[in-house]
Amino acid sequence: MKLNGRAKEAFIISTTKDQVLLEIQGLRKDYGTTTVLNDINLTIHKGEVVVILGPSGCGKSTLLRCLNGLEAIQGGEIRFAGKNLTGKNVHWQEYRQKIGMVFQNYDLFPHMSVIENILLGPLQVQKRPKKEVLEQAQQLLERVGLLNRKDAYPRELSGGQKQRIAIVRALCMNPEIMLFDEVTAALDPEMVREVLDVILGLAKQGMTMVIVTHEMGFAQAVADRIVFIDAGNICEIAKPAEFFANPQTERAQQFLNIFQF
Amino acid sequence: MLNSGISVLTEGSNLLRLMGGLLITARIALIAIILGSLLGIIVGLVRTSKSRVLRFICRFYLELFRIIPILVWLFFVYFGVPGIFDIHLEGELVAVIVFSLWGAAEMGDIVRGALESLPKHQIESGKALGLNFWQLYRFVLLPQATRRMLPGAINLSTRMVKTTSLVVMIGVIDVVKVGQQIIERSILKEPTSSFWIYGFIFILYFIICYPLSKLSKKLEAKWES
Repeated sequence: MKLNGRAKEAFIISTTKDQVLLEIQGLRKDYGTTTVLNDINLTIHKGEVVVILGPSGCGKSTLLRCLNGLEAIQGGEIRFAGKNLTGKNVHWQEYRQKIGMVFQNYDLFPHMSVIENILLGPLQVQKRPKKEVLEQAQQLLERVGLLNRKDAYPRELSGGQKQRIAIVRALCMNPEIMLFDEVTAALDPEMVREVLDVILGLAKQGMTMVIVTHEMGFAQAVADRIVFIDAGNICEIAKPAEFFANPQTERAQQFLNIFQF
Repeated sequence: MLNSGISVLTEGSNLLRLMGGLLITARIALIAIILGSLLGIIVGLVRTSKSRVLRFICRFYLELFRIIPILVWLFFVYFGVPGIFDIHLEGELVAVIVFSLWGAAEMGDIVRGALESLPKHQIESGKALGLNFWQLYRFVLLPQATRRMLPGAINLSTRMVKTTSLVVMIGVIDVVKVGQQIIERSILKEPTSSFWIYGFIFILYFIICYPLSKLSKKLEAKWES
């Protein structure tokens, strides 16, 4: 079946909400002899926003990095849209176009202007026509309120602006899922909001996302499900309202108490 | 007395001969710097690769040039290698080979240092965009590394220009050798000719090397703003 534009969007939203996009089964990650992730099982549906919470060093960032092949896994399986991403012969360059990722450190390329940063992937990796990509880039920049900075260099931007550009850069690849690895952790407090608003906007549009964050209010607002990880294990998966009001495990209770004064 | 010595420079075809010698010096240095830089980028990439064996081989290669004097390398390739293979190698060709190999070894180390100094998340964010190995180096890593390696590369280049003076020892008539010949012929008549000839060569080397360091300063300033 071929659908275009609006019809396609409506179709995806109405019928695919429970279509499995990413499936993690029994994932294990070791660094040398230490196991940092153990038997992780998680299914992410199309259009779903999953927020991963947990104390520092619990393995949540590592999990995200495993999902786009930046870390090799030692056991289990990752399936993306039905395709197995496990083993040595995975063509990650292909899947990374569909699995966008934004990091904690402002990861823009400092020697390129904003627009060059955004166009690099679509033009060089995806070989798309420049006119089309440029149009899309400008629309996205407009949406995050930074169209007027398109020719600026990263050093001329604030942390919050850089992160918004990094999000646009990932979005311009037309990913099917976005991974956010503590994207506001390195920001000054007054800039956190502008970045989170962009992510909230994406959630409203139905973007599938896996988000690692320490912003509890944001987690509650954006998440369809909360996954709580401690010491490399998933302890709890719950709806945000339930998780924050009534965490089931002791570890989660302790973790949430840290954020209360 | 000093004034009369300066005439040695302009006597006969002396000036022309000196310039001819300078051309050979510059030619050897220029070819070696270009070849050395190109090979050096490859050596640098290999030295940051995952393979321990390849890394070791390249490291060993660098040490061969650091430990063994360039003069010995010149002698070895000029006198030693032809003897075994029963061929004759021109002195200038030997000079270009040795200086290129030396340049590649040292440049490889500069490239390695620059690549390793780049933040790791630059590699990861490039990978996360789906860039393959070559795209990652071409668009993300090498452009950034170039800026970091420029001071070292220019320094190496001027060192190479200066060290070409050793080629006299394998019979290449470079600017220093021409100078010596001129002095030998005129020293009895003109005791100050050494001062004038070597003084002039002094300036010639300066003329080659100074623009190089000027260029590096300029590029650095440009990239910083």
